[in-house]
Amino acid sequence: MIRRRTRVAAEPVMTGPAPIVAAPIVAASGIHKHFGALHVLKGVDLAVAERELVFVIGPSGSGKSTLLRCCNRLETPSSGRIIVDGIDLLDRHTDINAVRRRIGMVFQQFNLYPHMTARGNVTLALRKVLGKGRAEADEIADAALARVGLAEKANAYPLELSGGQQQRVAIARAIALEPRVMLFDEPTSALDPELVGGVLAVMRSLREAGMTMVVVSHEMGFARAAADRVVFMDHGLVVEEGPPAQIFGAPEQERTRAFLRQLDH
Amino acid sequence: MDSWDRFVFTFFNAQVMATYLPRIVEGFFLTVQLALLIVISGLALGLLLAVVRSFGIRPLNWLIIFLVDLFRALPPLVIIVLIYFGLPSLGAAPSGFVSTWISLTLVLAAFAEEIVWGGILAVPKGQWEAARSTGLGFATTLTHVVLPQALRLSIPPLTNRTIAITKGTALGSVVAVAEILSVASGAVGFSSNPSPLTLGAIAYLILFVPVVAFGRWVETRFAWKR
Repeated sequence: MIRRRTRVAAEPVMTGPAPIVAAPIVAASGIHKHFGALHVLKGVDLAVAERELVFVIGPSGSGKSTLLRCCNRLETPSSGRIIVDGIDLLDRHTDINAVRRRIGMVFQQFNLYPHMTARGNVTLALRKVLGKGRAEADEIADAALARVGLAEKANAYPLELSGGQQQRVAIARAIALEPRVMLFDEPTSALDPELVGGVLAVMRSLREAGMTMVVVSHEMGFARAAADRVVFMDHGLVVEEGPPAQIFGAPEQERTRAFLRQLDH
Repeated sequence: MDSWDRFVFTFFNAQVMATYLPRIVEGFFLTVQLALLIVISGLALGLLLAVVRSFGIRPLNWLIIFLVDLFRALPPLVIIVLIYFGLPSLGAAPSGFVSTWISLTLVLAAFAEEIVWGGILAVPKGQWEAARSTGLGFATTLTHVVLPQALRLSIPPLTNRTIAITKGTALGSVVAVAEILSVASGAVGFSSNPSPLTLGAIAYLILFVPVVAFGRWVETRFAWKR
C-alpha cells in the first residue's frame, strides 16, 4: 500500500477544510519570471499548508501554469524565493532531483512514456531514482495503479488507453513516489468531457487521503466542492484569494467578477 | 549468332563466370567484412556524437557540427583518396581496406549523428519534463526516456543512409581493395567479357537485399504497440 509519511498520521484528524497551520509545504514569495521581454510573473506569493488543496484560476496567459512550474523548478524564476518542504529550491547547492521526487507533477498532455507499459511508466523513477528492485517497484506500481482504478491496465501501453486512463496512470506515476505535494497543471483540459469525471474522482480521493495539492484548472465545479482556497491570478499577479465560497460567491475584486462572469457564458 | 545469343554470351557467359566465381566470392566476403565494420563503427560513433551533443557543451558542439558538416559535404571518394594517399606523408600508411573503412565510417557517423540528433529533438519536451519532474537526472532521462523514442524515430532514415553509405565499399576499388567491384572489373579486363560484372551485381544483391529486409524488420519490431 502507498502511505503518506507518518508525520501526517500523528496530527489531529481534521474534518472539512484544513486550517493553515505550521510551516507551509510550499512557500513561494516575490516570484518574478521573464521570458525574454515578456514579464509573466510580477511578484507572486503563494503559500500552501500541509493537506491543503489550493486551486489557481485565471485567464490564459495570467501566469498560473508558469507559477506552478516554478514550484518544482521546471521553470526557474527570474527572482524570488521558493521553499518546498523546508528546502530552498533556488539555492544552487540544492540537489534539485532529490527535491523533485517529493513534488509530484501531473501535466495537461499526460506525458506518459509511449515506449513503456503503464507499470513501466510508474516503476521507472522508483527504480532509477529511489533505487528499488524490480519486484518491489512492480509491487508499488501495481498498488499505485490500483489506487487510480487501473489495476487491470498495468500491462497496457499508453496508446492503448483513453486520455482519462492515461492521465490516471500519470497520477499513479507521481503518487508512487509518495510526494509531499502534488502539482496539477490543467489535468483535465485535454480530455473529452466524459473522461473528466474519472480523473476528478481520483483527485478527490487523493484529497481525502490528505494529499497537499496545488491545482491549476478550469474545473470550477471541482474547485467549489473540493478546494480549501482559491487563488485568482491575472496578468502575472494574484488578484484575490480566499475560500471558494468567497471567491465564487462574493468576489471583492472587479477583475475576479469579470472573469467568473465570462465563465458563465 | 542472333542478338539474344550475343546478349547471353556478353553478360551471362557461363564459362567466364565459372572461371571468376571463386574470386568474386572472395571479394564478396571481403565486402561483407568491410561493410560490417563500417556499419558497426559508423553507427556507434554517430550515436555517441549525438549523445555528446545533447549535453549542450558549446565548444564541443561546435566541433561536432563542424566535423559532421565536413563529412557530409565531402564526397566519400575524396576522403578515401585523401586518407590513402595523404596520410603516408604524415607517417601513417593505412592500407586501402583501412582507408575505406575509416572514410566510410566517418561519413556514416556524420549522417547518423544528424539523424539521431534530429530524433532527440523530435521527442516532445513534455517527455523530458515528466521524467525530470519525478527526480530523474539528465543522463537517466536521456538513456531511458528520450533515446529509446529518438532511436525509433531514427530507424527508417538510418536504415536508408546505412545502406547507401555501405554500398560505398565499391569505392575501395580505387585504392586497391579486393572487394566485389574491384575483383569483377579486374576479371572483365582479363576475360574481355562483362559477365563478371553480372556476377558482381548478383553478389551485391545477395549482400544488400537481406540488409534492406533486416531494416524493415527492425522498423516493425520497434514500432510502438498500438
